Amino acid sequence: MTAVAPPLAAVEQLVKRFPLTRGVLVRRRLGDVPAVDGVTLEVREGESLGIVGETGSGKSTLARMLLNLLEPTSGVVRYRGENVTHARGDALAKLRRKRQMVFQDPAGSLNPRKTVGAAIADPFSIHGLLLERAARARRVSELLELVGLEAALANRYPHELSGGMRQRVGIARAIALGPELLVADEPVSALDVSIQAQILTLLRELRRELGLTLVLIAHDLAVVRHVCDRVAVMHEGKLVEVAPVEELYRAPRENYTRELLAAVPRIPGLAPGAAPAGPQSSPPSSSSST
Amino acid sequence: MSAEAQPAAALRVEDLRVAFDTRDGLVQAVDGISYSVAPGRTLGIVGESGSGKTVAAMTAMGLTRGARTRVSGRVLLDGEDLLAASPARLQALRGDAIAMVFQDPLSALHPLLRVGHQIEEAVRAHGSEVSRAAGRARAVELLELVAIPNAAQRIDAYPHELSGGMRQRAMIAMALANNPRVLIADEPTTALDVTVQAQILALLRRLRDALGMAMVLITHDLGVVAETADEVAVMYAGRIVEHAPAAELFASPQHPYTWGLLRSVPRLDAPVGAELVPIPGRPPSLIDPPSGCRFHPRCAYVRDRHRMVDPALESLAGVPSHRVACLLPETERRAIWAGLTSGAAASPVVAPESPSSGPAAGPASAERPA
Repeated sequence: MTAVAPPLAAVEQLVKRFPLTRGVLVRRRLGDVPAVDGVTLEVREGESLGIVGETGSGKSTLARMLLNLLEPTSGVVRYRGENVTHARGDALAKLRRKRQMVFQDPAGSLNPRKTVGAAIADPFSIHGLLLERAARARRVSELLELVGLEAALANRYPHELSGGMRQRVGIARAIALGPELLVADEPVSALDVSIQAQILTLLRELRRELGLTLVLIAHDLAVVRHVCDRVAVMHEGKLVEVAPVEELYRAPRENYTRELLAAVPRIPGLAPGAAPAGPQSSPPSSSSST
Repeated sequence: MSAEAQPAAALRVEDLRVAFDTRDGLVQAVDGISYSVAPGRTLGIVGESGSGKTVAAMTAMGLTRGARTRVSGRVLLDGEDLLAASPARLQALRGDAIAMVFQDPLSALHPLLRVGHQIEEAVRAHGSEVSRAAGRARAVELLELVAIPNAAQRIDAYPHELSGGMRQRAMIAMALANNPRVLIADEPTTALDVTVQAQILALLRRLRDALGMAMVLITHDLGVVAETADEVAVMYAGRIVEHAPAAELFASPQHPYTWGLLRSVPRLDAPVGAELVPIPGRPPSLIDPPSGCRFHPRCAYVRDRHRMVDPALESLAGVPSHRVACLLPETERRAIWAGLTSGAAASPVVAPESPSSGPAAGPASAERPA
């Protein structure tokens, strides 16, 4: 569908090895564990790409390297065609504004001693933006409303919020600088099913409204199916299969993908909400009600 | 005694109520729930965080006893009331006749003790005559029972040396140490990958059948109980709002909250790109629950009367095993669910009057500026 769009971000032959050591006082190096093992993958502008795999498949490591949060052992990371593998200083700071991450554990990724408002305003301080207090407060309110929270929550602390609300704060913080690329690493796996649906719906809406490119990392193929256009399946550090979402679920080519599909619990009875409100990749419908 | 209705029940909970006296007021966490589970059968208890499902289970195990806890009702284990049992008697039954598996095996296992040692402890705690060697042999046997490969070696592993799935297997082995008649599994797969989840659920089913245990499976995810439970009870705000045989519940769910849970689960048989429909708002405060039907502030089908009248859990006409606490007429409920699953009536827009309990995280779009 969106085949003509140029890649926004890409990795080529990306490898990350972690040293395997033994011993507490004298550490001996036993060898290397390849966490990511020669992955080549494109993220197209405007798309929503799912990266799916089990714990230890290397999906989070890949995501971190994609955002220069982790140095690859070898291979190339590109952003808008440019090699950014070893970006430093100002160049890296600029990249950070364009590429942001939402983490799995919203409690662990928020400073417990900072108010929600301060946490969301952090990116402005770091990048020296919106120095005027009133303007900053206004933007924080806007962001809170954008993620479906009341502006008054700015004065609360993370422990006063539920898990779902904390994840909304994590998302508000990630979109504060108006990024082009948002990488969400298992954003819902710590949440109740009912709250998962709220957060996934929010991500879908934000993508539509802000024109974000989204990379969603998950261990569950069912979760990705509701949000993504394309899915990449990872297993033991390697890319197993990449396909448009309808194709992957209708006709998975790899055995491993079939195994992952088989692991999703089947729910008897009719699937509710059978008709989608609109095709997923359609342009923003101005007054969508859901 | 009075348990004449289903004499076969291994575990029978009658009108259980649990309240905690807190600084903020009395939290009525469990508000009159009843259920029973027969040997070899599984009851799934489903609800969101804060619905009381875990508190009910912990109370059955005697784990909520304290000066600030008020408990009433009965929890009958083969006819013996656990709520009335002395601490010593409870200690003897716990881990022996009734056992529990918790959500997070990493924090439930002692990090500095070998896994085998911890399982041996569970074996020896209830059999004073068991020698060390026999305890160890039993631990290996249990690890084999839960399909841990190389059990004889893994018995000397520390918890951090095992993967999440293996740790959960070790926890299950520990719970099974004394052949319990009742096993309560509280979110046993929530922290795990879907692939591992499928393995653990298959393991629990196999053990239940092989050992003839009565099992209570607690989860927030209807998908988890779909293939494992014989019966499902849906809990909301401390009460059971719908209770039915699993096949009946999935074929013909009756409560708007159950619909909400079903529509929240990502599933493979919905059309690609189908919207998940979250339940708006959050579970209510249990200190000051909503008037009338407790679900009314989040219900898309609320009528004025529902804000005043508190519905009782009642059987459907013609289906005595299917009970629901909802004030909507049954014909109407059936029509609504038929509409929701046909796809014709695309989601009737859920417009809850502002969520009652403080800064509730409503649906993202609710407070969205245009």
